[in-house]
Amino acid sequence: MAGANIGPLSQIPPGEGRNFDIGGVMVAVFHTRAGQVFATQAACPHKGGPLADGLIDGASVVCPLHDRVFAFATGAGPDCSITVYNAVVTEAGVLVTI
Amino acid sequence: MAKTKLVVIGNGMAGARAVEEVLARGGAEQFEITMFGDEPYGNYNRILLSNILSGVQDADEIYINPLEWYAQNAITLHAGARVEEIDRAAKAVRAADGTIAHYDKLLISTGSRSFIPPIKGSADEGGKLRPGIFGFRTIDDCTAIMQMAKRSKKAAVIGGGLLGLEAARGLLNHGCEVHVVHLGSQLMEAQLDAPGAKILKTAMEKMGVHIHLEKSTSEILGESAVTGIAFKDGSSIECDMIVIAAGIRPNTDLGMRAGLTVERAIVVDNHMRAVDDNDVYVVGECAQHRGFVYGLVAPLWDQAKVFADHITEVNPKAEYHGSKLATKLKVMGIELASMGITEPKEERDEFIQFTEPSKGTYKKLIVRDGRLVGGILMGDISKAAYLMQAFDRDSKLPEERLSLLFDLGTPAEKVTLDEMPADSQVCNCNGVSKQAIGACVAGGAKTAKAVMVATRAGMGCGSCKGLVNELVTWFAGEALEEDPSIHYYVPTIPMAKPELTKAILEQGLRSVSDVFAALSFDGKEDAASKPALASLLITIWKEEYDDQRDARFINDRVHGNIQKDGTFSVIPEMAGGVCTPAQLQRIADVAVKYDVPLVKVTGGQRIDLVGIPKDKLPDVWRELDMPAGWAWGKSYRTCKSCIGDDYCRFGLGDSMGLAQKIETRFRGIDSPGKLKLATAGCPRNCSEALIKDVGAVAIGDGKWEIYVGGAGGSHVRKGDLLCTVGSEDEVLQISGRFMQWYRENAKYKERTYTFIERVGIERVRAVVVADADGAAASLDEAMARSVAATKDPWKERDAPKTENQFTAAIPVEA
Repeated sequence: MAGANIGPLSQIPPGEGRNFDIGGVMVAVFHTRAGQVFATQAACPHKGGPLADGLIDGASVVCPLHDRVFAFATGAGPDCSITVYNAVVTEAGVLVTI
Repeated sequence: MAKTKLVVIGNGMAGARAVEEVLARGGAEQFEITMFGDEPYGNYNRILLSNILSGVQDADEIYINPLEWYAQNAITLHAGARVEEIDRAAKAVRAADGTIAHYDKLLISTGSRSFIPPIKGSADEGGKLRPGIFGFRTIDDCTAIMQMAKRSKKAAVIGGGLLGLEAARGLLNHGCEVHVVHLGSQLMEAQLDAPGAKILKTAMEKMGVHIHLEKSTSEILGESAVTGIAFKDGSSIECDMIVIAAGIRPNTDLGMRAGLTVERAIVVDNHMRAVDDNDVYVVGECAQHRGFVYGLVAPLWDQAKVFADHITEVNPKAEYHGSKLATKLKVMGIELASMGITEPKEERDEFIQFTEPSKGTYKKLIVRDGRLVGGILMGDISKAAYLMQAFDRDSKLPEERLSLLFDLGTPAEKVTLDEMPADSQVCNCNGVSKQAIGACVAGGAKTAKAVMVATRAGMGCGSCKGLVNELVTWFAGEALEEDPSIHYYVPTIPMAKPELTKAILEQGLRSVSDVFAALSFDGKEDAASKPALASLLITIWKEEYDDQRDARFINDRVHGNIQKDGTFSVIPEMAGGVCTPAQLQRIADVAVKYDVPLVKVTGGQRIDLVGIPKDKLPDVWRELDMPAGWAWGKSYRTCKSCIGDDYCRFGLGDSMGLAQKIETRFRGIDSPGKLKLATAGCPRNCSEALIKDVGAVAIGDGKWEIYVGGAGGSHVRKGDLLCTVGSEDEVLQISGRFMQWYRENAKYKERTYTFIERVGIERVRAVVVADADGAAASLDEAMARSVAATKDPWKERDAPKTENQFTAAIPVEA
């Protein structure tokens, strides 16, 4: 378990995700339009699609390659699931625990 | 009162079906349900695995219950947790991951596993199959087989039963040379007799499968990789992968260790309870009832019902009395129905047989005391429904035996819905009868979709969907309703496109987030609906559209087409397929400098630089210094052309010049689906203008024919002639007007060829050419505004629209 401050939330536009290379571990961090932050593994377990490039809503991300939908809360998908990491917004920046 | 704890071991078709039956009897009030499954997935239809292997269906299409279903029904699912021990004294089960669950009632539905015969060279020291050798039982098996088949040249299947032949069919579709190795003297002994099997063998050989009968495998050859199979008779074949489909064995270890009586499987009484313990039930392939162990789905449905009736006490007297084995299936595209015995067994048995090997037709019935005790139908199975019912019910057959096999003299008779017996099975995959559909309609379901969701009829292989639709209509009669949601523009907003457009205009909603907040069911966003709404808002608001990039698919965020490895393709505009030598040189320079992995001439007469990483896009665009080719979105794509009348000796019009005018006017116009255009300088149609969304064909004297709704992709359709016009300007005006009307009226992702078939070409002509609605002027104006509002998105190289728009990954110190 390691925590990392990935910097200000403003690096990620509302409703989108960006990839962060946290000391060699690639993590997709999402900023929902409701202001929440979620962090997940970067690559879709199905065919390696870049999840940070996916469409999101308040609860899930859609992989851009083959439309698999994963829940932010649990990582659950239709036939495979993803790792979700703890992420919180603080005054000092967004903290992600991997 | 505390709920009874029901623990289910096994999350396959039997376990999940049994739980569904419990829930259908109001069991959610009575039981707290916990399920354990070996596989880390929801429950899927194992019968359809062969469709996945052959590429007919995708893995996510065969789920019966996705993971959400368990949550919705308050079922605790431990997916991927294999139960290792049942402690009957403590009434608890323990899984490999340490989970312990206590039960009041236990259901064992652990099913079967592939039987792997002990063949020399098949397994490593730990007993695991060597690389290149596979079982064929789970989604993971399928995935592994498909991956290997891509590289494989010669594949062998050990086992010539149903499963083996299905594996062979799948492998054939992956382009391997396929060999089936079978120990017996004929294929599919369980379902066929010798003459039937011979016809099947011939048919399969015609399809290119090599069949080796009476071959007993002695050893699998090869040091690290598989290189072949050696047989006991001294012969051998070469192959680089092997699928073992030599039958299945019930998973009974757990029951045995728990001290239950196990013979071929766990022995149960007529209530489907283990004979040693009244609190333990067993259903499916791991249960042995009156000496029989069943491996088909139909008996499983019956067992699940008896179990549920009994455990919920809806009917404490419910008893299972065994099932008669009849099955309908498709082997390598050959339809087959088989029931009961395959050979006469007693002297009094009469048998009726018909063969026509050249057509692959074979029919055989075995009749005892005027009743059907066995039968095989191959090739033509039109009489199967009637015969299977007669077999199942043991009903008396008509004296005229010939009519059992053929419809004589009269045209093929279809049983009308009135005549269809109430208990005849409509959906074989999910065991749904005619009366179950009737009950569902009577219970308030008034649409085919609602009935399908409630009963699961039609949700397996889907082949009975048509019949389900007819039955719902028949039962519902006047009360039949159309499911309103099929008309919604997006699923989360209960409005069709015209109403939605009206609401957006009236309320002045200019961004996708405004639309969700004002109009969706719950005020929440829905990721999958965003691009459809963005497309609509762009069409409505033009320059006033509030462009929220998160509403757009990645292609429209970074203006390239995403590839399977996450890189993008860059296609600069090349109007009419024409560029200058200087541009061509720049493209080459960029390709060299950025080490572009693939330079490809596209079907749209442009040059594609494939494999550009996201963070290199701005530099590539800058150095190309050409406008975007818009080759990524649901929008106007390009306009192909032939060389026209400048050089071609047949040319009747300047198709190249017109294509350039079309491209510079309509480039980047968003639309419900892709718009691919072409112009042709004469009716020889070298640029394929007749199969484009919009195509213009020169016919001489400055005249052009305009075709719309053509397609030359997965769907092929010749475009409809919309009208003939007298100038290039009119081509631009009429095609623009057509595209605008399509943009305003088509459903999202509805291509012009589907749209036109829905509304009719006469209606299109009335609106676009004859101006019957008086809408021509406003359509022209709307298109002109959209054209003016479209900008070259590659200019974002110098002024990104969002933070880190083109950043591949932001580095962080750990």
